[in-house]
Amino acid sequence: MSTYNFDYLDELEAEAIHILREVAGQFEKPALLFSGGKDSITLVRLAEKAFRPGKFPFPLVHIDTGHNFQETIDYRDKMIQRIGERLIVGSVQESIDQGKVVEQKGKNASRNALQTVTLLDTIAKYEFDACIGGARRDEEKARAKERIFSVRDEFGQWDPKRQRPELWNIYNGKIHKGENVRVFPISNWTELDVWNYIRREKIELPSIYFSHEREVITRNGQLMAASPFLNMDEEDFIFRKQVRFRTVGDMSCTAAVESEATLIDDIIDEISASKISERGARLDDKVSEAAMEDRKKGGYF
Amino acid sequence: MNILKFFTAGSVDDGKSTLIGRLLYDTDSILADQLEALQSSNRKNDDGTIDLAILTDGLRAEREQGITIDVAYKYFQTDKRKFIIADTPGHIQYTRNMVTGASTANLAIILIDARNGVVEQTIRHSYIVSLLGIKHVVVAINKMDMVDYSAEVYNTIIDKYKVLAQQLNLADVNYIPVSALKGDNIVQNSDRMDWYSGESLLHFLEKVDTDNLDKSQLARMPVQWVIRPQTEALHDYRGYAGRVLSGTFKLNDKVTILPSGASSTIEKIEFFDLTPVAAHAGQSVTLHLKDDVDISRGDTIVNASALPQESKLIEADLCWMDTRALDTSIMYLIQHNSKVTKCKISEILHKVDINTLEKHQADEFKLNDIGRVIVKTADALAFDLYDDNRANGSAVLIDSRTNLTVGALMFRAAVE
Ligand SMILES: Nc1nc2c(ncn2[C@@H]2O[C@H](COP(=O)(O)OP(=O)(O)OP(=O)(O)O)[C@@H](O)[C@H]2O)c(=O)[nH]1
Ligand SMILES: [Mg+2]
Repeated sequence: MSTYNFDYLDELEAEAIHILREVAGQFEKPALLFSGGKDSITLVRLAEKAFRPGKFPFPLVHIDTGHNFQETIDYRDKMIQRIGERLIVGSVQESIDQGKVVEQKGKNASRNALQTVTLLDTIAKYEFDACIGGARRDEEKARAKERIFSVRDEFGQWDPKRQRPELWNIYNGKIHKGENVRVFPISNWTELDVWNYIRREKIELPSIYFSHEREVITRNGQLMAASPFLNMDEEDFIFRKQVRFRTVGDMSCTAAVESEATLIDDIIDEISASKISERGARLDDKVSEAAMEDRKKGGYF
Repeated sequence: MNILKFFTAGSVDDGKSTLIGRLLYDTDSILADQLEALQSSNRKNDDGTIDLAILTDGLRAEREQGITIDVAYKYFQTDKRKFIIADTPGHIQYTRNMVTGASTANLAIILIDARNGVVEQTIRHSYIVSLLGIKHVVVAINKMDMVDYSAEVYNTIIDKYKVLAQQLNLADVNYIPVSALKGDNIVQNSDRMDWYSGESLLHFLEKVDTDNLDKSQLARMPVQWVIRPQTEALHDYRGYAGRVLSGTFKLNDKVTILPSGASSTIEKIEFFDLTPVAAHAGQSVTLHLKDDVDISRGDTIVNASALPQESKLIEADLCWMDTRALDTSIMYLIQHNSKVTKCKISEILHKVDINTLEKHQADEFKLNDIGRVIVKTADALAFDLYDDNRANGSAVLIDSRTNLTVGALMFRAAVE
């Protein structure tokens, strides 16, 4: 038998490409949900590997909370230019203006929860039957339970007690009209796998993943970027710190970590030594033990 | 570094989730904030120590009831290996979720409660392991702390299991006495069982040789997607995208396309910006052929010198996974790799009684039933026998009324 080099990153990559091609083959109107974070950036690279030199058989969809880091938006626009694919933007601000959702009030207000409504509206408007996302099972204990092809009902809801069996590498994407499937090609990757892959593939990332000096405040023991989107009062004291972001979501719910890591090697060292999980920097998960499960049941990614 | 995928099986409360929690905890794989969440949880062991099972029991209903309902996947690594663990439920009602977790694994850890020994679920899960062709089995006799770490209890159980292993043709079976709760023989060797001279569970998992997995040489690639840019520059470009299931394709290999039977030669192998000379099992690639043949999703490209079987009548083992019983009068869909076609279960050959492992006649097939059937498909399938090539010898049944995956099929023979 001929030997060949096929290490764990190759295996994870091949699995993800297989899943992306299954989406292309099984669905009429798929979409790739692009958040501007490292996981969805990784998905874009995997889609290039799956479909080039052809075009992606799906558009990219960004649910824009209006509270994004500017760096993320800049990155997104530049990337779309480079890959020449279609981008659809669903706007949370529009959902607010249309009165479909109401902005949260108070110090911990965030638009994170509101984006579910915009997401579901966007899915309905474009009649997407499959939405590819970059969620990983190692992120969170409810995600650890989800199938790679995860069926959502007409209301976007996940029913964790009634998931379809999913055997071998056979993915059943059959659905009724109105339902859709969330597809997670990098389910089996860990945070470190994603970083090692980004390093290996030399993938460019938004600058906020790397150490930079920024104005921050302390909120619930975490460092938050000072921004007009954060409800601040006299008690909040703004100071400058050398930080980076380990996960990128909304400015109002993503905490920064103190870091000197300016190169990807530094980041990998930092994560390997870290005693805190990636989701530890997300205020949205801290609400209760079942915060993620409840949001998923409601239609969240 | 390679990846070992394993899962835990065994009856309800035998300690599967606790064992995985213990493995993660003792290898320092639990991060501070997750540990903090564990400590502040109100599910605790009787002696007030943290309940490690809630690391994997991630659903609210699971934590409330103290049982596992669906598979949880966990990831950790040591300096020897990366591990992907599936923690599966022991309750019979959720057997389909156990099968889900088991189907992608290379190794099974079957837990047995030392107080109870081999029970019906032990047999059921062991039987499923043998059906799925999982080569490596570790039988962990758990809760040794509750039987005074007795060698006698341990030996009685493994003698009983050895008989079962032989009946089921399980090849590589290893036995380890453990206490998931106290941590004996999970990561560290226990000093409470001097009579056991073998390795700890982790050491075994780090070393076990998985090279003999799915070593089929039969070159097979189901086509998932045809890449046709149709731009001016790439006007004639036609690439067949898929994942090599098994074997190796090399440049200039003669290939056959099924079901059409057309033949051609491999002109180019592409992987994004690379053009390798060979594509191996597991790799997702794009193949180009010399001739302009009609190929679409659902077709399979195979090496012309080793053709698969082709048939519309296949004898297969079936695990039924739906609450609605099998109906031999209706049409189902069968999904075999990228191919979907209509089918019927035209005959039930036998059903297996899990307690006795005896085969008997049956005309009913209900949730969790396992047995042998004949599948009649609308289009012929190009398949291998499951034991020869598991990737091309398996399929699922879909009920088109509900779109649910209702059955797992392992092909055993083409019917003449
Ligand atoms: N004394 C003792 N108790 C144990 C041991 N392992 C597990 N237990 C206890 O047994 C009970 C069930 O453990 P789990 O790990 O939830 O069992 P399980 O096999 O995952 O159960 P299901 O997933 O629901 O099938 C819990 O109360 C554990 O604390 C052990 O080695 N010794
Ligand atoms: Mg359990």
